[in-house]
Amino acid sequence: MHVPDGFLDAPTSVATAVVAAGVVGACLVRSTRHELDDRSAPLAGLVAVFIFAAQMVNFPVGAGTSGHLIGAALAAVLVGPATATLCLTVVLAVQAFLFADGGVSALGTNVLLMGVVAVWVGYGVFRVTLALLPRRLSSVSIAAGVGAFVSVPTAALAFVGLYALGGAAPIPLAQLAAVMTGWHVVIGLGEAAITVLAVSSVVAARPDLVYGARGRLPALELRTPEPVS
Amino acid sequence: MSTRRLVLLGLAVSALVAGVLSFYASAHPDGLSQVAESLGFAGTARDSVTSGSPLAGYAVSGVGDARLSGGLAGLVGIAVTGALMMGLVLVLRRRASRRER
Repeated sequence: MHVPDGFLDAPTSVATAVVAAGVVGACLVRSTRHELDDRSAPLAGLVAVFIFAAQMVNFPVGAGTSGHLIGAALAAVLVGPATATLCLTVVLAVQAFLFADGGVSALGTNVLLMGVVAVWVGYGVFRVTLALLPRRLSSVSIAAGVGAFVSVPTAALAFVGLYALGGAAPIPLAQLAAVMTGWHVVIGLGEAAITVLAVSSVVAARPDLVYGARGRLPALELRTPEPVS
Repeated sequence: MSTRRLVLLGLAVSALVAGVLSFYASAHPDGLSQVAESLGFAGTARDSVTSGSPLAGYAVSGVGDARLSGGLAGLVGIAVTGALMMGLVLVLRRRASRRER
């Protein structure tokens, strides 16, 4: 869903860049204070790398259309939502500047849609879903999948909202909303599948590193040897 | 599994995805491009100012073989992404540990 230059007018692009920069700034602080620690820091690098790689692989969703992972909920569950915003921002910047994927003047728009809206909506849905599921470690991956699924059409609808403010062409908005939602619900199924696979792999290997599993791990018991009588 | 092993395994999977699997990606337009085409606003897209980049479009300019060109571009992409993100994380961790002292 990388927005190219020209889809949105200049004032809207500037406004989204300002909002995105503000959120990224707040996420730098939050990530440092509440999410990153020395043990999980390498996972943040890995998550950004994996998202870049996975975004190269478009999967077909029928009728001559494709989609690819955004990775917003995946990142939020593994490393925390503020760190996820930073991961997506790095990925989107590399794509815009080196690979001409997503416009440079549209970078703020893309960060806002995929790095902010998809991340925080995906994480919010993850939290709510997790609270409803049984207190098992496997619930973390399922809730991550639900968050991932919802994050994609939500980001698509956020694009429609921006298009209503400053779209370059006069397009009937109800129709735009309908087709954007339709395609991105299907793409969201792929997003959910990849997210469940990735999150459950890390949960299986090292649940203690998974941000979304904090407080779900069995507490360690301190045992002392039985006294010999 | 140690953190080092987990990260190395994850990097290996990412390298395979970006370097090899990406060649088999669907070439169809993505959801947004498809919508832009069907509703008739695809023409408002402008070429990116970075479209002259030697890596534009996930291909290394000058490398003729599509499989090699795309795979190399993917590997460069994950290297740059990983370096930037780990650099950022290290800076943030350093600032945090300074404040804790």
